[in-house]
Amino acid sequence: MSDATLPAMPVSPASRWMGHGSFWLAAAVAALLVILALRGFGSEYAYFAATFVLQYVVLATAWNILGGYAGYVNFGAAAFFAAGAYTTVAIGKALGLGLLPCIAFAALVGGALGLGTGILTLRLRGAYFAIATLCLSVVLQTIVVNWDYVGGSRGAYVIRPREVPWLFDSYSGFLCAVMVVLAAAAVALARTIEKSRLGLGLAALRDDEAAAEAAGVPTLRLKLVATTISGAMMAVAGAPLPYLGSYVEPNSAFGLAYAVNAIAMPLIGGTASWAGPLIGAVLLASLQQAATVTISSAANLMIVGVVLVVFVCAAPHGIIGLFRRSR
Amino acid sequence: MDPDLVLLLNGIVSGLLLGGLYAAAAAGLSVSFGMLDVVNIAHPAFMVLGALLVALLWAATGIDPLILSILLTPAFWALGAAIYVAYHHFFERRGDEAIQGLAFFFGVMFIIEVGLVMAVGPEQHFADASYANTTWRLGEIDLPLRMLVPALVALAAIGGLVFFLRRTFTGRAIAAVAQDREALRLLAIDPVRIKRLAFGISIAMAALAGGALVVVQPVDAWSGHVFIGRVFAIVIMGGLSSLGGCVLAALAFGVVENVTATFYGPSWSPAVAFGCLLLVLAIRPQGFFGRTA
Repeated sequence: MSDATLPAMPVSPASRWMGHGSFWLAAAVAALLVILALRGFGSEYAYFAATFVLQYVVLATAWNILGGYAGYVNFGAAAFFAAGAYTTVAIGKALGLGLLPCIAFAALVGGALGLGTGILTLRLRGAYFAIATLCLSVVLQTIVVNWDYVGGSRGAYVIRPREVPWLFDSYSGFLCAVMVVLAAAAVALARTIEKSRLGLGLAALRDDEAAAEAAGVPTLRLKLVATTISGAMMAVAGAPLPYLGSYVEPNSAFGLAYAVNAIAMPLIGGTASWAGPLIGAVLLASLQQAATVTISSAANLMIVGVVLVVFVCAAPHGIIGLFRRSR
Repeated sequence: MDPDLVLLLNGIVSGLLLGGLYAAAAAGLSVSFGMLDVVNIAHPAFMVLGALLVALLWAATGIDPLILSILLTPAFWALGAAIYVAYHHFFERRGDEAIQGLAFFFGVMFIIEVGLVMAVGPEQHFADASYANTTWRLGEIDLPLRMLVPALVALAAIGGLVFFLRRTFTGRAIAAVAQDREALRLLAIDPVRIKRLAFGISIAMAALAGGALVVVQPVDAWSGHVFIGRVFAIVIMGGLSSLGGCVLAALAFGVVENVTATFYGPSWSPAVAFGCLLLVLAIRPQGFFGRTA
């Protein structure tokens, strides 16, 4: 995507230890190993918990492309996430398509939404952008609540197909494998962006937008590309949601839990690199899953809040920052 | 009179009363976000904290909720000052307030809300003022006191705040810190002390707004969410640091929301109001009453 929108560019300065191709390969191998390991477990709950954690990996990685690389805080992650979920509902109902085509549609819808938001709001800096995305979330939720075709405020049921595709033992296994692939692709895409000219441009405008503009970085265009990619990935993260619970309703799909997690996870892991959101999402989502099962669902939100505040106060560069400093 | 016209007039009047409540909620944010440049996204959560405290105290003592909220303001002032000290120590001093500071207040908001759910439960709480069931009628127009009294108290408090900012030395120092904090140092005023004071005032206003809110409607721990967008919308439309603009924007917002709710159903009113804000941000980011930069 970045190649299409940026003028011909020399491929990134080769990174210190791995090129883009080998990283994508490594991500694919890691995804395959995770799928096989989960298949080894074979329990429905393991599939559910893994899907839950992995959807946050995608969401946090997507948020970080705009929030971490470019420094624009998006409070509306839940809006994009829910847009993906509702695309699945609407397309599934209208065209009777399965999950995989719906994910592609969700990427289109999320990308369009991201581009639209970007055009409307990216001239604003800092806090204004954050507030505009928050408003977008409210507007979108109101539209979905009033849209009867996808269930309105009653919510919509999505029935899992009876036949299980390919070699999977259950539909949850298939869903989980799809999520693993999406997560691996998201992380690899994030790293490609980070090391490419797009990522360097975004880092420049994060540090000083006026200086970057003066140095010839096409800031508005880079930001639009970043918002589009980020929006598309967030929507992709949400697309499998209706199948995960077989039911989706506006209040939970637009829930603040997604917005706060999308911000907390990269900040806890470290926003400057692709590994940050991955570490943050795996840690925080597993912690929440464990707290939901063992304590209560109110407690798991409390944990997110406390961990977020402690981390931004004590470790402003996240877990990765802690290691970098001690090295 | 034509029933549609009566409906419209009533919609406008009750919108104005609702706008008084919004003004109370937004005035504190106009101080913290508009003047101090502290993006306190947790402001509505502080308001809900105030509202639930008032409801609990009202259940225990039976004192009028608005008086209780005024009694709570010193405690909230101290809370606000303490939070500003932490914010300044961790973020402002290092110059990382943009992302980290936003995330900090986001986390604070979450802690307040979840803490409230765990402490008082997820159900709705209310406080009935003695005048809550009285309605004055002016011809065809209804003036329910449960809306009118909180709106008037809020407007009086904002009036007092404006007077403080215009007429007293400290108040002028707060207005000055918004424009140039280094210049304040030259006058031997400590900008951090002034900002601490002002942030305390903004949280104290949140307590007052909470008292007004709990008179108007029952409140639960998550009630703040619908206000986040609203109060930021109002403050931005009002031109950030202008309290007068903030009140006008709040009244306009209340009327737009209420008239939409009257004619198209309440589920559409947030979209119209926030659609307005998105347009304002896209076309005139400095707000209707702000000066061009």
